Amino acid sequence: MSDFPHTPPKMSWTFSNDTNAEIRRAAATGIYDIRGGGSKRRLPHFDDLLFLGASISRYPLEGYREKCATDVWLGTRFAKNPIHLDIPITIAGMSFGALSGPAKEALGRGASAAGTSTTTGDGGMTEEERGHSKTLVYQYLPSRYGMNPDDLRRADAIEVVVGQGAKPGGGGMLLGQKISDRVAMMRNLPKGIDQRSACRHPDWTGPDDLEIKILELREITNWEKPIYIKVGGARPYYDTALAVKSGADVVVLDGMQGGTAATQDVFIENVGMPILACIPQAVKALQDLGMHRKVQLIVSGGIRSGADVAKAMALGADAVAIGTAALIALGDNDPALEAEYKKLGTTAGAYDDWHEGKDPAGITTQDPELFKRFDPILGGRRLKNYLKVMTLEAQTIARACGKNHLHNLEPEDLCALTIESAAMAGVPLAGTNWIPGRNGF
Amino acid sequence: MQTFDLAAQGLRALNSTLHGLKGQTNMTSWEVINPKGAHAIAVGLDAPVDVTVRGSTGYYCAGMNKQATVRVKGSAGPGVAENMMSGTVIIDGDASQYAGATGRGGLLVIKGNASSRCGISMKGIDIVVHGNIGHMSAFMAQSGNLVVLGDAGEALGDSLYEARLFVRGSVKSLGADCIEKEMRPEHLALLADLLKRGEADHLAKPEDFKRYGSARKLYTFNIDNASSY
Repeated sequence: MSDFPHTPPKMSWTFSNDTNAEIRRAAATGIYDIRGGGSKRRLPHFDDLLFLGASISRYPLEGYREKCATDVWLGTRFAKNPIHLDIPITIAGMSFGALSGPAKEALGRGASAAGTSTTTGDGGMTEEERGHSKTLVYQYLPSRYGMNPDDLRRADAIEVVVGQGAKPGGGGMLLGQKISDRVAMMRNLPKGIDQRSACRHPDWTGPDDLEIKILELREITNWEKPIYIKVGGARPYYDTALAVKSGADVVVLDGMQGGTAATQDVFIENVGMPILACIPQAVKALQDLGMHRKVQLIVSGGIRSGADVAKAMALGADAVAIGTAALIALGDNDPALEAEYKKLGTTAGAYDDWHEGKDPAGITTQDPELFKRFDPILGGRRLKNYLKVMTLEAQTIARACGKNHLHNLEPEDLCALTIESAAMAGVPLAGTNWIPGRNGF
Repeated sequence: MQTFDLAAQGLRALNSTLHGLKGQTNMTSWEVINPKGAHAIAVGLDAPVDVTVRGSTGYYCAGMNKQATVRVKGSAGPGVAENMMSGTVIIDGDASQYAGATGRGGLLVIKGNASSRCGISMKGIDIVVHGNIGHMSAFMAQSGNLVVLGDAGEALGDSLYEARLFVRGSVKSLGADCIEKEMRPEHLALLADLLKRGEADHLAKPEDFKRYGSARKLYTFNIDNASSY
């Protein structure tokens, strides 16, 4: 051995341990990684924004005393029966099939108790969720699994799903492990086989067709139901404009942090845009068309707290939707189940193999032994509590900004911590009046 | 027979009137005049009534039909009888793209030709086409029967599940995982019934057809099949 100092072992940034592990996994298995959830990257997000609060030039409102309203109307453009929710935090579409029946029931219980809506998913409408959801949005998806006019008519709104944030441009696959007798029957497919959810609708292509499709849905439902159009965060300015052109009452915009039951990791992490970058584009499209607040905007993808709700609304959203956060509130990825997560080769907080149907929390499974563990009444109570806390948090911030309604929050209430987030959100970098990209700079 | 002038009274009034027919109504026979290619004619019906449309229709005629019999005395635009649940829809002329898409029950009869993607993602509907069908027909078809007296275009039955396809003429090409299958006696009996109900038993015999179905090799994802997609 020389006495000269050695260069210490140096790991590659490009070929990191995670990257190398994935190369080895691919080499050993011959298949890409499939998982649930949304992007796990560090992305520009609401954390990169701050509220300015009131000061000499702005009056705050008194916490616990002065009113700060939270209600929202959805579907006021064309629908005879628009939806009125107590809070602007809705539950995003998640399928029966991906989730157990009791989990769907809990979502309905929690949402209804908190005064908001829940949403079906790619497997049709179950009695659990219709029965327990005061306000239920029925998704109209490319697969049309379980689609029928009776459920269409007993829904409170219809959401035409064009895409979702986790995989804009992608379909889905519910693997055979989760295809129980009941799931198979609802989808008109044999038990135990992988079920492909199409990436495109089978009977329309493009915004002109979509306009006619919406006409058909309105005619079938007597023009009563608000029609939402859900898009993934891909080209939010144009998608929002085209949704408005197609006759949407509500646009639902889902950023890449939005979860999925199962798709390729490479898709989740490399396609789509973070929700922070999407909201201002969508709001601009609505404003350019003179439709902001007339066509309502619901945004989703990584909403976790009342602060996120308030920031999304300050950027111009009318409401938000939560999916992953709702599952965590129900008990998904709870450290109390760590021993069982370890047996599955993972750890609490990282478990994302929802497609395998082995969820120890009994939420993302069709195994009766597993979903028996999940108490839908307790789950519903937990979700209600969480929704109430988020609402209180958002109100706290809004009052501090002097707003008597969450809808009165505005971009002027915000500043950004990073140049990236300032450019994406269209608000000034903190301590400056600089919005990157505005005025040519 | 009740006559409804679509040009004069409008689409909303038509569908609203037809939706008002519940149960065993005595107004069981309707004709719609002056359709002029309008979209969404007679959608969402749910009563055992007969509706005759005198002329051609636009998109989604008889969409999500239940119980009713809808006959179009002309041609039909895209998505005719889409997601039909039950009842019968008969097109005297041709049908455009996606005829019978995602249909879950009932019978769709097209006396002319059907364009591309006929029976796409069908989920239990029976479709009888007297003429030819276009490319990618019965794509991802899940269940039900598609009977074609003429020829089929490219990629018939691509990614098929359990739907049964019967074609009398030529098939330009079969889609991924779709193969010709043995015609057994039960299939001949099924065909005889479908031809009769499809007003085609005077045009063809069950023995004239070949049967196509799923090889079921793509039912469970396997990386070695990746080149099939």
